[in-house]
Amino acid sequence: MRERLMKVWLLYADGFRNMTIGKTLWALILIKLFIMFCILRVFFFPNYLNNVADNDFQKEDFVSQQLIDRCP
Amino acid sequence: MSLIDWSRAQFALTAIYHWIFVPLTLGLALVMAIMETIYYRTKNDFWKQTAKYWQTLFGINFAVGVATGLILEFEFGTNWSNYSWFVGDIFGAPLAIEGIVAFFMEATFVAVMFFGWNKVSRGFHLASTWLTGIGATISAWWILVANSWMQYPVGMEFNPDTARNEMVDFMAVAFSPMAVNKFCHTVLSGWVLGSIFVVGVSCWYLLKKRDKEKDFALKSIKIGAWTGLVAAGLCALTGDGAGYEVAQRQPMKLAAMEGYYEGEEGAGLVAFGILNPAKETPTDSVDPFLFRIEVPHMLSLLAERDPEAFVPGIKNILEGGYTQKDGTVALSVEEKIARGRNAITVFSHYRIAKAEGDTATAIAARETLEENMPYFGYGYIKNAEDVVPNVPLTFYMFRIMVMLGGYFILFFMVVLFLVYKKDLSRMKWMHWVALLTIPLGYIAGQAGWAVAECGRQPWVIQDMLPTNVAVSQLSTSSVQLTFFIFLFLFTVMLIAEIGIMCKTIKKGPKL
Repeated sequence: MRERLMKVWLLYADGFRNMTIGKTLWALILIKLFIMFCILRVFFFPNYLNNVADNDFQKEDFVSQQLIDRCP
Repeated sequence: MSLIDWSRAQFALTAIYHWIFVPLTLGLALVMAIMETIYYRTKNDFWKQTAKYWQTLFGINFAVGVATGLILEFEFGTNWSNYSWFVGDIFGAPLAIEGIVAFFMEATFVAVMFFGWNKVSRGFHLASTWLTGIGATISAWWILVANSWMQYPVGMEFNPDTARNEMVDFMAVAFSPMAVNKFCHTVLSGWVLGSIFVVGVSCWYLLKKRDKEKDFALKSIKIGAWTGLVAAGLCALTGDGAGYEVAQRQPMKLAAMEGYYEGEEGAGLVAFGILNPAKETPTDSVDPFLFRIEVPHMLSLLAERDPEAFVPGIKNILEGGYTQKDGTVALSVEEKIARGRNAITVFSHYRIAKAEGDTATAIAARETLEENMPYFGYGYIKNAEDVVPNVPLTFYMFRIMVMLGGYFILFFMVVLFLVYKKDLSRMKWMHWVALLTIPLGYIAGQAGWAVAECGRQPWVIQDMLPTNVAVSQLSTSSVQLTFFIFLFLFTVMLIAEIGIMCKTIKKGPKL
Protein backbone atom coordinates (compact mmCIF):
# COMPACT_ATOMS: atom_id res chain seq x y z
CA MET A 1 0.00 0.00 0.00
CA ARG A 2 2.78 2.39 1.03
CA GLU A 3 4.72 1.49 -2.08
CA ARG A 4 1.69 2.19 -4.24
CA LEU A 5 1.13 5.57 -2.61
CA MET A 6 4.82 6.34 -3.13
CA LYS A 7 4.44 5.53 -6.84
CA VAL A 8 1.48 7.88 -7.12
CA TRP A 9 3.42 10.59 -5.30
CA LEU A 10 6.40 10.12 -7.62
CA LEU A 11 4.15 10.25 -10.68
CA TYR A 12 2.92 13.68 -9.67
CA ALA A 13 6.26 14.93 -8.28
CA ASP A 14 8.28 13.88 -11.36
CA GLY A 15 5.56 15.12 -13.63
CA PHE A 16 5.55 18.58 -12.10
CA ARG A 17 9.35 18.69 -11.92
CA ASN A 18 9.85 17.79 -15.58
CA MET A 19 7.18 20.07 -16.98
CA THR A 20 8.24 22.44 -19.77
CA ILE A 21 5.28 24.26 -21.24
CA GLY A 22 3.26 22.99 -18.27
CA LYS A 23 5.01 25.46 -15.95
CA THR A 24 3.68 28.39 -17.98
CA LEU A 25 0.24 26.82 -18.03
CA TRP A 26 0.21 26.21 -14.29
CA ALA A 27 1.27 29.82 -13.72
CA LEU A 28 -1.61 30.89 -15.93
CA ILE A 29 -4.07 28.65 -14.07
CA LEU A 30 -2.94 29.89 -10.65
CA ILE A 31 -3.09 33.55 -11.68
CA LYS A 32 -6.54 32.98 -13.13
CA LEU A 33 -7.83 31.17 -10.03
CA PHE A 34 -6.38 33.91 -7.80
CA ILE A 35 -8.13 36.62 -9.81
CA MET A 36 -11.36 34.63 -9.86
CA PHE A 37 -11.59 33.62 -6.22
CA CYS A 38 -9.61 36.29 -4.37
CA ILE A 39 -10.61 39.36 -6.37
CA LEU A 40 -13.71 38.80 -8.48
CA ARG A 41 -15.57 36.55 -6.05
CA VAL A 42 -14.76 38.65 -2.98
CA PHE A 43 -15.10 42.19 -4.34
CA PHE A 44 -17.39 41.93 -7.35
CA PHE A 45 -19.52 38.84 -6.98
CA PRO A 46 -20.93 38.57 -3.48
CA ASN A 47 -24.00 36.39 -3.10
CA TYR A 48 -26.78 38.93 -3.52
CA LEU A 49 -29.28 37.15 -1.26
CA ASN A 50 -26.72 36.84 1.52
CA ASN A 51 -26.49 40.64 1.50
CA VAL A 52 -30.21 41.23 1.80
CA ALA A 53 -31.17 38.34 4.09
CA ASP A 54 -29.59 36.57 7.04
CA ASN A 55 -31.12 33.13 6.74
CA ASP A 56 -33.09 30.90 4.38
CA PHE A 57 -36.42 32.00 5.86
CA GLN A 58 -35.63 35.65 5.09
CA LYS A 59 -34.32 34.70 1.65
CA GLU A 60 -37.52 32.91 0.69
CA ASP A 61 -39.50 35.85 2.01
CA PHE A 62 -37.38 38.28 -0.01
CA VAL A 63 -37.64 36.31 -3.26
CA SER A 64 -41.38 35.71 -2.76
CA GLN A 65 -41.90 39.44 -2.34
CA GLN A 66 -39.83 40.08 -5.47
CA LEU A 67 -41.95 37.58 -7.41
CA ILE A 68 -45.12 39.32 -6.23
CA ASP A 69 -43.92 42.93 -6.58
CA ARG A 70 -42.56 42.54 -10.10
CA CYS A 71 -45.95 41.57 -11.47
CA PRO A 72 -47.13 44.59 -13.55
CA MET B 1 -28.91 49.92 -22.11
CA SER B 2 -30.79 48.87 -19.00
CA LEU B 3 -29.72 46.70 -16.07
CA ILE B 4 -31.31 43.66 -17.69
CA ASP B 5 -29.46 44.28 -20.97
CA TRP B 6 -26.10 44.63 -19.21
CA SER B 7 -26.75 41.56 -17.08
CA ARG B 8 -27.62 39.54 -20.17
CA ALA B 9 -24.64 40.94 -22.07
CA GLN B 10 -22.33 40.00 -19.21
CA PHE B 11 -23.69 36.47 -19.02
CA ALA B 12 -23.52 36.10 -22.80
CA LEU B 13 -19.93 37.35 -22.86
CA THR B 14 -18.90 34.84 -20.19
CA ALA B 15 -20.75 31.98 -21.89
CA ILE B 16 -19.29 32.87 -25.31
CA TYR B 17 -15.73 32.83 -23.96
CA HIS B 18 -16.38 29.62 -22.03
CA TRP B 19 -17.64 28.01 -25.24
CA ILE B 20 -14.42 28.90 -27.04
CA PHE B 21 -12.53 26.45 -24.83
CA VAL B 22 -15.04 23.68 -24.14
CA PRO B 23 -15.71 22.34 -27.67
CA LEU B 24 -12.02 22.11 -28.49
CA THR B 25 -11.46 20.19 -25.25
CA LEU B 26 -14.23 17.75 -26.19
CA GLY B 27 -13.05 17.41 -29.78
CA LEU B 28 -9.32 17.08 -29.21
CA ALA B 29 -9.97 14.58 -26.39
CA LEU B 30 -11.55 12.22 -28.92
CA VAL B 31 -8.96 12.69 -31.67
CA MET B 32 -5.97 12.23 -29.35
CA ALA B 33 -7.60 9.15 -27.79
CA ILE B 34 -8.08 7.61 -31.25
CA MET B 35 -4.42 8.31 -32.06
CA GLU B 36 -3.23 6.78 -28.82
CA THR B 37 -5.42 3.74 -29.50
CA ILE B 38 -3.59 3.30 -32.81
CA TYR B 39 -0.29 3.54 -30.92
CA TYR B 40 -1.55 0.93 -28.44
CA ARG B 41 -2.46 -1.44 -31.25
CA THR B 42 0.57 -0.87 -33.50
CA LYS B 43 3.26 -0.08 -30.89
CA ASN B 44 4.59 2.34 -33.54
CA ASP B 45 6.43 5.21 -31.82
CA PHE B 46 5.24 7.61 -34.53
CA TRP B 47 1.68 7.36 -33.20
CA LYS B 48 2.90 7.84 -29.65
CA GLN B 49 4.56 11.13 -30.61
CA THR B 50 1.54 12.14 -32.68
CA ALA B 51 -0.84 11.48 -29.78
CA LYS B 52 1.52 13.30 -27.39
CA TYR B 53 1.63 16.34 -29.65
CA TRP B 54 -2.18 16.68 -29.85
CA GLN B 55 -2.34 16.06 -26.11
CA THR B 56 -0.06 19.06 -25.61
CA LEU B 57 -2.41 21.28 -27.60
CA PHE B 58 -5.32 19.78 -25.65
CA GLY B 59 -3.47 20.62 -22.43
CA ILE B 60 -2.97 24.26 -23.44
CA ASN B 61 -6.64 24.69 -24.27
CA PHE B 62 -7.68 22.80 -21.14
CA ALA B 63 -5.44 24.90 -18.88
CA VAL B 64 -6.61 28.22 -20.26
CA GLY B 65 -10.25 27.21 -20.33
CA VAL B 66 -10.46 25.40 -17.00
CA ALA B 67 -12.76 27.05 -14.46
CA THR B 68 -14.05 29.71 -16.87
CA GLY B 69 -17.46 28.12 -16.34
CA LEU B 70 -17.26 28.88 -12.62
CA ILE B 71 -17.67 32.57 -13.43
CA LEU B 72 -21.12 31.76 -14.75
CA GLU B 73 -21.92 30.32 -11.33
CA PHE B 74 -20.68 33.51 -9.66
CA GLU B 75 -23.08 35.42 -11.88
CA PHE B 76 -26.01 33.22 -10.89
CA GLY B 77 -25.55 34.16 -7.24
CA THR B 78 -24.93 37.86 -7.83
CA ASN B 79 -26.75 38.93 -10.97
CA TRP B 80 -29.50 36.31 -11.11
CA SER B 81 -30.34 35.80 -7.45
CA ASN B 82 -34.12 35.48 -7.94
CA TYR B 83 -33.51 32.86 -10.60
CA SER B 84 -30.99 30.99 -8.43
CA TRP B 85 -33.44 30.80 -5.56
CA PHE B 86 -36.44 29.98 -7.74
CA VAL B 87 -34.76 27.01 -9.48
CA GLY B 88 -33.57 25.57 -6.19
CA ASP B 89 -31.81 22.23 -6.28
CA ILE B 90 -32.93 21.39 -9.80
CA PHE B 91 -30.19 23.56 -11.16
CA GLY B 92 -27.86 23.09 -8.20
CA ALA B 93 -27.85 19.27 -8.25
CA PRO B 94 -26.58 18.78 -11.83
CA LEU B 95 -23.99 21.53 -11.34
CA ALA B 96 -22.78 19.96 -8.09
CA ILE B 97 -22.52 16.53 -9.72
CA GLU B 98 -20.67 18.13 -12.62
CA GLY B 99 -18.20 19.82 -10.28
CA ILE B 100 -17.42 16.64 -8.34
CA VAL B 101 -17.18 14.39 -11.41
CA ALA B 102 -15.09 16.90 -13.32
CA PHE B 103 -12.71 17.45 -10.44
CA PHE B 104 -12.07 13.81 -9.61
CA MET B 105 -12.10 12.33 -13.11
CA GLU B 106 -10.19 15.07 -14.82
CA ALA B 107 -7.72 15.74 -12.00
CA THR B 108 -6.85 12.04 -11.81
CA PHE B 109 -6.77 11.03 -15.45
CA VAL B 110 -5.38 14.27 -16.89
CA ALA B 111 -2.40 13.85 -14.54
CA VAL B 112 -1.83 10.23 -15.63
CA MET B 113 -2.21 11.26 -19.28
CA PHE B 114 0.44 13.97 -19.06
CA PHE B 115 2.78 12.58 -16.43
CA GLY B 116 2.27 8.85 -16.94
CA TRP B 117 4.10 8.18 -20.24
CA ASN B 118 6.67 5.41 -19.56
CA LYS B 119 5.57 5.29 -15.91
CA VAL B 120 2.30 3.42 -16.16
CA SER B 121 1.44 0.56 -18.51
CA ARG B 122 0.39 1.44 -22.06
CA GLY B 123 -3.08 0.06 -21.37
CA PHE B 124 -3.54 2.13 -18.23
CA HIS B 125 -2.29 5.21 -20.01
CA LEU B 126 -4.70 4.65 -22.88
CA ALA B 127 -7.56 4.16 -20.43
CA SER B 128 -6.61 7.44 -18.72
CA THR B 129 -6.62 9.29 -22.02
CA TRP B 130 -10.07 7.97 -22.89
CA LEU B 131 -11.33 8.67 -19.36
CA THR B 132 -10.08 12.26 -19.60
CA GLY B 133 -12.33 12.74 -22.61
CA ILE B 134 -15.19 10.79 -21.05
CA GLY B 135 -14.88 12.90 -17.86
CA ALA B 136 -15.12 16.12 -19.87
CA THR B 137 -18.10 14.72 -21.76
CA ILE B 138 -19.89 13.68 -18.56
CA SER B 139 -19.30 17.20 -17.24
CA ALA B 140 -20.92 18.56 -20.37
CA TRP B 141 -23.86 16.23 -19.81
CA TRP B 142 -24.74 17.74 -16.44
CA ILE B 143 -24.33 21.31 -17.62
CA LEU B 144 -26.58 20.57 -20.57
CA VAL B 145 -29.12 18.86 -18.31
CA ALA B 146 -29.31 22.10 -16.31
CA ASN B 147 -29.64 24.18 -19.46
CA SER B 148 -32.25 21.86 -20.96
CA TRP B 149 -34.35 22.09 -17.83
CA MET B 150 -34.55 25.84 -18.37
CA GLN B 151 -35.81 25.22 -21.92
CA TYR B 152 -38.20 22.44 -20.88
CA PRO B 153 -38.84 22.44 -17.11
CA VAL B 154 -39.87 18.91 -16.06
CA GLY B 155 -39.61 16.69 -13.00
CA MET B 156 -40.28 19.48 -10.51
CA GLU B 157 -43.01 21.09 -8.42
CA PHE B 158 -43.17 24.69 -7.27
CA ASN B 159 -43.31 24.96 -3.48
CA PRO B 160 -45.02 28.25 -2.51
CA ASP B 161 -43.74 27.90 1.06
CA THR B 162 -40.14 28.21 -0.02
CA ALA B 163 -40.68 29.98 -3.38
CA ARG B 164 -38.51 27.27 -4.92
CA ASN B 165 -38.96 24.54 -7.47
CA GLU B 166 -38.31 21.15 -5.94
CA MET B 167 -37.20 18.09 -7.85
CA VAL B 168 -39.75 15.27 -7.76
CA ASP B 169 -38.36 13.12 -10.57
CA PHE B 170 -34.59 13.09 -11.02
CA MET B 171 -34.75 10.81 -14.06
CA ALA B 172 -37.20 13.13 -15.82
CA VAL B 173 -34.75 15.99 -15.32
CA ALA B 174 -31.60 14.04 -16.19
CA PHE B 175 -33.01 12.23 -19.23
CA SER B 176 -35.57 14.62 -20.65
CA PRO B 177 -35.66 14.33 -24.45
CA MET B 178 -34.55 17.95 -24.64
CA ALA B 179 -31.44 17.14 -22.56
CA VAL B 180 -30.60 13.97 -24.52
CA ASN B 181 -30.82 15.72 -27.89
CA LYS B 182 -29.03 18.82 -26.72
CA PHE B 183 -26.22 16.75 -25.22
CA CYS B 184 -25.68 14.69 -28.38
CA HIS B 185 -25.86 17.70 -30.68
CA THR B 186 -23.56 19.84 -28.53
CA VAL B 187 -20.89 17.21 -27.88
CA LEU B 188 -20.86 16.22 -31.54
CA SER B 189 -20.38 19.87 -32.51
CA GLY B 190 -17.33 19.83 -30.23
CA TRP B 191 -16.00 16.76 -32.05
CA VAL B 192 -16.51 18.57 -35.36
CA LEU B 193 -14.56 21.57 -34.10
CA GLY B 194 -11.75 19.37 -32.75
CA SER B 195 -11.51 17.62 -36.11
CA ILE B 196 -11.48 20.91 -38.01
CA PHE B 197 -8.71 22.10 -35.70
CA VAL B 198 -6.61 18.97 -36.32
CA VAL B 199 -7.06 19.20 -40.10
CA GLY B 200 -6.37 22.96 -40.11
CA VAL B 201 -3.24 22.81 -37.98
CA SER B 202 -1.94 19.84 -39.95
CA CYS B 203 -2.50 21.74 -43.19
CA TRP B 204 -0.40 24.59 -41.77
CA TYR B 205 2.60 22.22 -41.70
CA LEU B 206 1.93 21.31 -45.32
CA LEU B 207 1.54 24.97 -46.25
CA LYS B 208 4.89 25.75 -44.63
CA LYS B 209 6.42 22.81 -46.52
CA ARG B 210 7.90 21.38 -43.34
CA ASP B 211 8.99 18.04 -44.74
CA LYS B 212 9.78 16.62 -41.30
CA GLU B 213 6.13 16.93 -40.34
CA LYS B 214 4.63 15.95 -43.71
CA ASP B 215 3.83 12.35 -42.80
CA PHE B 216 2.59 13.44 -39.38
CA ALA B 217 0.32 16.06 -40.98
CA LEU B 218 -1.15 13.75 -43.61
CA LYS B 219 -1.87 10.98 -41.09
CA SER B 220 -3.36 13.47 -38.64
CA ILE B 221 -5.53 14.87 -41.43
CA LYS B 222 -6.86 11.40 -42.20
CA ILE B 223 -7.84 10.78 -38.55
CA GLY B 224 -9.23 14.30 -38.16
CA ALA B 225 -11.24 14.23 -41.38
CA TRP B 226 -12.77 10.80 -40.75
CA THR B 227 -13.68 11.77 -37.19
CA GLY B 228 -15.04 15.09 -38.41
CA LEU B 229 -17.10 13.56 -41.21
CA VAL B 230 -18.75 11.03 -38.91
CA ALA B 231 -19.31 13.67 -36.21
CA ALA B 232 -20.70 16.24 -38.66
CA GLY B 233 -23.10 13.66 -40.13
CA LEU B 234 -24.30 12.66 -36.67
CA CYS B 235 -24.49 16.32 -35.71
CA ALA B 236 -26.95 16.90 -38.55
CA LEU B 237 -29.04 13.93 -37.39
CA THR B 238 -29.10 15.07 -33.76
CA GLY B 239 -29.79 18.61 -34.93
CA ASP B 240 -32.96 17.24 -36.47
CA GLY B 241 -33.83 15.66 -33.10
CA ALA B 242 -33.06 18.89 -31.27
CA GLY B 243 -35.22 20.82 -33.76
CA TYR B 244 -38.10 18.41 -33.23
CA GLU B 245 -37.88 18.95 -29.46
CA VAL B 246 -37.91 22.71 -29.98
CA ALA B 247 -41.03 22.35 -32.13
CA GLN B 248 -42.75 20.37 -29.38
CA ARG B 249 -41.67 22.40 -26.34
CA GLN B 250 -40.79 25.86 -27.63
CA PRO B 251 -42.93 26.53 -30.71
CA MET B 252 -42.28 30.28 -30.51
CA LYS B 253 -38.54 29.66 -30.80
CA LEU B 254 -39.10 27.46 -33.85
CA ALA B 255 -41.31 30.13 -35.44
CA ALA B 256 -38.61 32.76 -34.81
CA MET B 257 -35.93 30.44 -36.26
CA GLU B 258 -38.01 30.30 -39.45
CA GLY B 259 -39.31 33.89 -39.53
CA TYR B 260 -42.64 32.11 -39.65
CA TYR B 261 -45.67 34.25 -38.80
CA GLU B 262 -48.75 32.64 -40.36
CA GLY B 263 -49.14 28.98 -39.50
CA GLU B 264 -50.32 26.51 -42.11
CA GLU B 265 -50.66 22.84 -42.89
CA GLY B 266 -47.84 21.44 -45.01
CA ALA B 267 -45.55 24.32 -44.00
CA GLY B 268 -42.39 24.90 -46.01
CA LEU B 269 -38.88 25.39 -44.66
CA VAL B 270 -36.99 28.53 -45.64
CA ALA B 271 -33.76 27.23 -47.16
CA PHE B 272 -32.52 30.71 -47.84
CA GLY B 273 -34.18 34.04 -47.16
CA ILE B 274 -33.72 37.72 -46.47
CA LEU B 275 -36.00 39.15 -43.81
CA ASN B 276 -37.91 42.33 -44.50
CA PRO B 277 -36.69 45.05 -42.10
CA ALA B 278 -40.01 46.87 -42.61
CA LYS B 279 -41.76 44.14 -40.63
CA GLU B 280 -42.11 45.83 -37.25
CA THR B 281 -44.75 43.86 -35.38
CA PRO B 282 -45.90 40.26 -35.64
CA THR B 283 -49.45 41.35 -36.43
CA ASP B 284 -48.81 43.95 -39.15
CA SER B 285 -49.55 42.94 -42.72
CA VAL B 286 -45.99 43.44 -44.03
CA ASP B 287 -44.49 40.40 -45.76
CA PRO B 288 -41.75 39.09 -43.42
CA PHE B 289 -39.42 38.30 -46.34
CA LEU B 290 -37.85 40.34 -49.09
CA PHE B 291 -36.76 37.14 -50.70
CA ARG B 292 -36.96 33.47 -49.84
CA ILE B 293 -36.37 30.01 -51.27
CA GLU B 294 -38.63 27.48 -49.58
CA VAL B 295 -38.59 23.69 -49.45
CA PRO B 296 -42.29 22.73 -49.56
CA HIS B 297 -43.72 20.73 -46.63
CA MET B 298 -40.30 20.42 -45.03
CA LEU B 299 -41.06 22.42 -41.87
CA SER B 300 -44.14 20.27 -41.17
CA LEU B 301 -42.09 17.15 -41.75
CA LEU B 302 -39.23 18.22 -39.49
CA ALA B 303 -41.40 19.73 -36.76
CA GLU B 304 -44.21 17.16 -36.65
CA ARG B 305 -42.87 14.20 -38.66
CA ASP B 306 -45.82 14.65 -41.00
CA PRO B 307 -45.51 16.65 -44.26
CA GLU B 308 -49.14 17.79 -44.03
CA ALA B 309 -49.19 18.70 -40.31
CA PHE B 310 -50.13 22.15 -39.07
CA VAL B 311 -47.25 24.16 -37.62
CA PRO B 312 -48.27 27.29 -35.67
CA GLY B 313 -46.62 30.57 -36.61
CA ILE B 314 -45.87 33.54 -34.40
CA LYS B 315 -49.33 35.05 -34.96
CA ASN B 316 -51.07 31.76 -34.20
CA ILE B 317 -49.14 31.33 -30.96
CA LEU B 318 -50.02 34.89 -29.95
CA GLU B 319 -53.70 34.52 -30.82
CA GLY B 320 -54.20 30.85 -29.86
CA GLY B 321 -57.34 29.02 -30.98
CA TYR B 322 -55.66 26.27 -33.01
CA THR B 323 -55.94 22.61 -32.11
CA GLN B 324 -52.81 21.22 -30.51
CA LYS B 325 -51.42 17.71 -30.87
CA ASP B 326 -53.12 16.55 -27.66
CA GLY B 327 -56.50 17.69 -28.99
CA THR B 328 -56.76 20.75 -26.75
CA VAL B 329 -57.25 24.24 -28.12
CA ALA B 330 -54.23 26.51 -27.67
CA LEU B 331 -54.74 29.48 -25.36
CA SER B 332 -53.89 32.94 -26.62
CA VAL B 333 -50.99 34.72 -24.95
CA GLU B 334 -53.50 37.20 -23.45
CA GLU B 335 -55.32 34.26 -21.81
CA LYS B 336 -52.01 32.89 -20.54
CA ILE B 337 -51.13 36.33 -19.15
CA ALA B 338 -54.46 36.40 -17.30
CA ARG B 339 -53.84 32.94 -15.84
CA GLY B 340 -50.27 33.90 -14.93
CA ARG B 341 -51.46 37.03 -13.12
CA ASN B 342 -54.01 34.89 -11.30
CA ALA B 343 -51.20 32.52 -10.24
CA ILE B 344 -49.10 35.37 -8.87
CA THR B 345 -52.10 36.92 -7.09
CA VAL B 346 -53.04 33.66 -5.36
CA PHE B 347 -49.37 33.08 -4.54
CA SER B 348 -49.53 36.40 -2.66
CA HIS B 349 -52.84 35.42 -1.02
CA TYR B 350 -51.37 32.08 -0.01
CA ARG B 351 -48.46 33.71 1.78
CA ILE B 352 -50.70 36.20 3.59
CA ALA B 353 -53.18 33.48 4.59
CA LYS B 354 -50.37 31.27 5.82
CA ALA B 355 -48.86 34.08 7.89
CA GLU B 356 -52.28 34.81 9.41
CA GLY B 357 -52.96 31.12 10.10
CA ASP B 358 -55.98 31.10 7.75
CA THR B 359 -55.68 27.48 6.63
CA ALA B 360 -58.85 27.34 4.50
CA THR B 361 -57.85 30.36 2.40
CA ALA B 362 -54.31 29.06 2.12
CA ILE B 363 -55.48 25.66 0.81
CA ALA B 364 -57.84 27.27 -1.71
CA ALA B 365 -55.10 29.66 -2.88
CA ARG B 366 -52.62 26.83 -3.25
CA GLU B 367 -55.04 24.80 -5.37
CA THR B 368 -55.62 27.75 -7.69
CA LEU B 369 -51.87 28.35 -7.84
CA GLU B 370 -51.21 24.74 -8.86
CA GLU B 371 -53.87 24.96 -11.58
CA ASN B 372 -52.29 28.07 -13.06
CA MET B 373 -48.64 27.32 -12.35
CA PRO B 374 -47.86 26.30 -15.97
CA TYR B 375 -48.55 29.95 -16.90
CA PHE B 376 -46.88 31.56 -13.87
CA GLY B 377 -44.25 33.37 -15.92
CA TYR B 378 -46.83 34.89 -18.27
CA GLY B 379 -48.08 36.95 -15.34
CA TYR B 380 -45.01 39.18 -15.71
CA ILE B 381 -45.52 39.82 -19.42
CA LYS B 382 -46.83 43.34 -20.10
CA ASN B 383 -47.79 42.99 -23.76
CA ALA B 384 -48.53 39.75 -25.58
CA GLU B 385 -45.95 40.58 -28.26
CA ASP B 386 -43.21 40.64 -25.62
CA VAL B 387 -43.11 36.82 -25.81
CA VAL B 388 -41.73 37.02 -29.37
CA PRO B 389 -37.92 36.71 -29.38
CA ASN B 390 -35.62 38.69 -31.65
CA VAL B 391 -36.66 37.15 -34.97
CA PRO B 392 -33.82 38.41 -37.24
CA LEU B 393 -31.14 37.35 -34.76
CA THR B 394 -32.64 33.88 -34.27
CA PHE B 395 -33.40 33.43 -37.98
CA TYR B 396 -29.94 34.38 -39.25
CA MET B 397 -27.99 32.62 -36.50
CA PHE B 398 -29.89 29.43 -37.23
CA ARG B 399 -29.03 29.68 -40.90
CA ILE B 400 -25.37 30.42 -40.18
CA MET B 401 -25.20 27.29 -38.00
CA VAL B 402 -26.98 25.04 -40.50
CA MET B 403 -25.10 26.31 -43.54
CA LEU B 404 -21.75 25.94 -41.79
CA GLY B 405 -22.79 22.44 -40.66
CA GLY B 406 -23.45 21.53 -44.29
CA TYR B 407 -20.18 23.13 -45.34
CA PHE B 408 -18.25 21.07 -42.76
CA ILE B 409 -19.62 17.81 -44.18
CA LEU B 410 -18.53 18.90 -47.65
CA PHE B 411 -15.18 20.11 -46.31
CA PHE B 412 -14.34 16.77 -44.68
CA MET B 413 -15.42 14.85 -47.79
CA VAL B 414 -13.19 17.01 -50.02
CA VAL B 415 -10.26 16.68 -47.60
CA LEU B 416 -10.64 12.90 -47.54
CA PHE B 417 -10.85 12.73 -51.32
CA LEU B 418 -7.74 14.87 -51.73
CA VAL B 419 -5.71 13.11 -49.07
CA TYR B 420 -6.48 9.62 -50.46
CA LYS B 421 -6.80 10.23 -54.20
CA LYS B 422 -4.59 13.28 -54.83
CA ASP B 423 -1.48 14.81 -53.32
CA LEU B 424 -2.92 17.08 -50.66
CA SER B 425 0.55 18.14 -49.55
CA ARG B 426 0.91 20.19 -52.77
CA MET B 427 -2.51 21.84 -52.73
CA LYS B 428 -1.81 25.21 -51.22
CA TRP B 429 -5.35 26.47 -51.79
CA MET B 430 -6.74 23.60 -49.71
CA HIS B 431 -4.30 24.32 -46.91
CA TRP B 432 -5.67 27.85 -46.76
CA VAL B 433 -9.26 26.59 -46.88
CA ALA B 434 -8.53 24.24 -43.97
CA LEU B 435 -6.87 27.00 -41.95
CA LEU B 436 -9.71 29.43 -42.57
CA THR B 437 -12.25 26.77 -41.62
CA ILE B 438 -10.97 26.77 -38.01
CA PRO B 439 -12.68 30.08 -37.09
CA LEU B 440 -15.81 28.92 -38.93
CA GLY B 441 -15.99 25.96 -36.54
CA TYR B 442 -16.14 28.38 -33.63
CA ILE B 443 -18.68 30.61 -35.36
CA ALA B 444 -21.01 27.66 -35.98
CA GLY B 445 -20.95 26.68 -32.29
CA GLN B 446 -21.55 30.22 -31.08
CA ALA B 447 -24.37 30.68 -33.60
CA GLY B 448 -26.01 27.49 -32.31
CA TRP B 449 -25.93 28.79 -28.76
CA ALA B 450 -27.30 32.16 -29.89
CA VAL B 451 -30.29 30.33 -31.42
CA ALA B 452 -30.82 28.29 -28.26
CA GLU B 453 -30.53 31.17 -25.81
CA CYS B 454 -31.80 34.23 -27.72
CA GLY B 455 -34.56 32.19 -29.32
CA ARG B 456 -36.08 31.36 -25.93
CA GLN B 457 -36.35 34.94 -24.78
CA PRO B 458 -38.07 36.44 -22.85
CA TRP B 459 -37.84 33.28 -20.76
CA VAL B 460 -35.03 32.33 -18.46
CA ILE B 461 -37.17 29.30 -17.54
CA GLN B 462 -39.65 28.51 -20.28
CA ASP B 463 -43.14 29.83 -19.37
CA MET B 464 -42.21 30.06 -15.69
CA LEU B 465 -39.79 32.93 -15.19
CA PRO B 466 -38.98 35.76 -17.57
CA THR B 467 -35.48 37.20 -17.65
CA ASN B 468 -36.49 40.58 -16.21
CA VAL B 469 -37.86 38.92 -13.04
CA ALA B 470 -34.84 36.64 -12.65
CA VAL B 471 -32.37 39.50 -12.45
CA SER B 472 -31.07 40.99 -9.17
CA GLN B 473 -31.65 44.67 -8.47
CA LEU B 474 -28.02 45.71 -8.74
CA SER B 475 -26.81 49.08 -9.91
CA THR B 476 -26.29 49.13 -13.67
CA SER B 477 -22.84 50.65 -13.23
CA SER B 478 -21.63 47.69 -11.15
CA VAL B 479 -22.71 45.26 -13.87
CA GLN B 480 -21.05 47.47 -16.51
CA LEU B 481 -17.84 47.44 -14.49
CA THR B 482 -17.73 43.65 -14.21
CA PHE B 483 -18.65 43.34 -17.88
CA PHE B 484 -15.55 45.29 -18.88
CA ILE B 485 -13.36 43.49 -16.32
CA PHE B 486 -14.43 40.20 -17.89
CA LEU B 487 -13.94 41.51 -21.38
CA PHE B 488 -10.38 42.47 -20.48
CA LEU B 489 -9.60 39.27 -18.56
CA PHE B 490 -11.03 36.91 -21.14
CA THR B 491 -9.31 38.73 -23.96
CA VAL B 492 -5.99 38.44 -22.14
CA MET B 493 -6.61 34.72 -21.60
CA LEU B 494 -7.54 34.22 -25.22
CA ILE B 495 -4.43 36.05 -26.41
CA ALA B 496 -2.38 33.93 -24.00
CA GLU B 497 -3.92 30.74 -25.35
CA ILE B 498 -3.46 31.69 -28.98
CA GLY B 499 0.13 32.79 -28.25
CA ILE B 500 1.11 29.58 -26.44
CA MET B 501 -0.74 27.46 -28.96
CA CYS B 502 0.97 29.12 -31.96
CA LYS B 503 4.37 28.76 -30.31
CA THR B 504 3.78 25.06 -29.70
CA ILE B 505 2.47 24.51 -33.22
CA LYS B 506 5.51 26.25 -34.71
CA LYS B 507 7.75 24.02 -32.63
CA GLY B 508 5.94 20.95 -33.96
CA PRO B 509 5.84 17.37 -32.71
CA LYS B 510 8.95 15.51 -31.54
CA LEU B 511 9.11 12.95 -34.33
